[in-house]
Amino acid sequence: MKKETEFMSINFLISQAKNIQKVIDENASEIEALDQNIGDGDHIFNIQRGLKLVIELEGTIKDLPLAKALNTIAMKVLSGIGGSSGALFGTFFISMAKSPDLDKDVNFSKACEMIIDGVKAMKERGKADVGEKTMMDVLIPVSEKLSEIKNNNSEMKQGLNEVIKIAEDRMLSTKDMLATKGRASFLGERAKGHIDPGARSSQLIIDTICKSVINQ
Amino acid sequence: MKKFINKTDDFLKESLNGFGKAHSDIIQVNLEPSFVSRKNKTKEGKVSLISGGGSGHEPMHGGFVGHGMLDAACPGFVFSAPAPDQMQAAAEHVDSGAGVLFIVKNYSGDIMNFQMGAEMYSGKNDSIVTNDDVAVEDSTFTTGRRGVAATVLVEKIVGSLAENGGSLEECKTLGEKVNKNAGTMGVAFTSCTVPAAGKPTFDIGDDEMEFGVGIHGEPGRKREKIQPSKTIVGNILDAILDNLKPEKNEKTLLFVNGMGGTPLTELYLVYDDACQILQSKGVEITRSLVGNYCTSLEMQGASITLLKCDEEILKNWDAPVHTAAMRWGM
Repeated sequence: MKKETEFMSINFLISQAKNIQKVIDENASEIEALDQNIGDGDHIFNIQRGLKLVIELEGTIKDLPLAKALNTIAMKVLSGIGGSSGALFGTFFISMAKSPDLDKDVNFSKACEMIIDGVKAMKERGKADVGEKTMMDVLIPVSEKLSEIKNNNSEMKQGLNEVIKIAEDRMLSTKDMLATKGRASFLGERAKGHIDPGARSSQLIIDTICKSVINQ
Repeated sequence: MKKFINKTDDFLKESLNGFGKAHSDIIQVNLEPSFVSRKNKTKEGKVSLISGGGSGHEPMHGGFVGHGMLDAACPGFVFSAPAPDQMQAAAEHVDSGAGVLFIVKNYSGDIMNFQMGAEMYSGKNDSIVTNDDVAVEDSTFTTGRRGVAATVLVEKIVGSLAENGGSLEECKTLGEKVNKNAGTMGVAFTSCTVPAAGKPTFDIGDDEMEFGVGIHGEPGRKREKIQPSKTIVGNILDAILDNLKPEKNEKTLLFVNGMGGTPLTELYLVYDDACQILQSKGVEITRSLVGNYCTSLEMQGASITLLKCDEEILKNWDAPVHTAAMRWGM
């Protein structure tokens, strides 16, 4: 079992970014195809570029205090990705960096709190809610589940398995939605029948992190 | 994919370098973060106009930096919104103290990144959002209409007012008026290929067209069989007129914009069709613009924009401009 203190350590963040990069690369053609169905095909390149940039930061941030490291990641994601993904994921990391008491140990409960606040900030930035066929269809329910796990003091592994399940269900649920935000919104009825590429990439990211924590 | 590329990763940087060299008499290019600005400093008291968006729409927006139009433009990666640090750096570079007006096309990524840029910039600033694309239904519950070719007209007309001492508030008001009085709709015959993707954004049959296409090749109202130009133009104008509802004999500016892969010969043919149809409907065309101004890489197709003009709009449209892509009166 992992030591509690290692959640959100810089090592943890970088090794997760590497895990995610591997999974995103394996699923790149699927995400690209989804985006070409209802968007313009740039999402996968933005995500891949962002992951590469974050991983390259390893040497720069490895000795920094956590708040500074998260802020460095945020600025790199913002300036290096661009597009909607850059603004949204940048907002997520800015929110994480602003979380209080980052100089103390970050346990599972605190990590959940940081993610919950981060998703809340993304929701405000993108002005998108559940049911609009975006990545928020995955991230908001996941954040709600984390909040439940945290408040009930649920067993971590069981909780994360539930998170994995919710992320997948909600990702799949975007298939039959009409899009009301983002570029797919211009499609009207034609957006139906296609999974949202942002929901798919977000689900893969969550799936990867949860599985890696469960298996440690 | 057949394109002039050395390395895909260097595509944008090398293109910006070339742009900077070709127009070194009027603009300069800053890299990291990247923005195009006028060669000369903004004169004191003049409001600065900054626009930007994904690359691949050239000459928009870098080609509109110069006297009588923009003070700076922030290019993102191809078809991806620029990042907030670009807007912040551009604003800090050009603002002479009279404030900055950001001109933003209504796309989710542009909106979010410009908002963050505006929050990061400590000086006085405001924004206008263009949303002239009548192909998309307008709604406050959705992303709404896209900002497309009329952005060019907004930048020219507001640029002239700013050059002549208009305040930040006056510039914003005029920009919003131009946007409200403009309607655009586009048609694509072929897709475009984003360099990083290496293959066309969408598949389209040899005999098909995408009616109401966006400027990234994102789908429009419907996929149809290709028709004679007069039919296509008539359908586009019906959609625009239905939206703008010009008064009888109201003065308008007719703007036929190429998507990048359609020759001027065809754009002028489209202009001729549009003139005939508009005249038959009692719409007076008093100004014109024809050419590739708001493109989608090498996409074949065109958009038509109609702008209802009052005296203030006409006066500012006619005022001198000197940019890489638009020059008259000086």
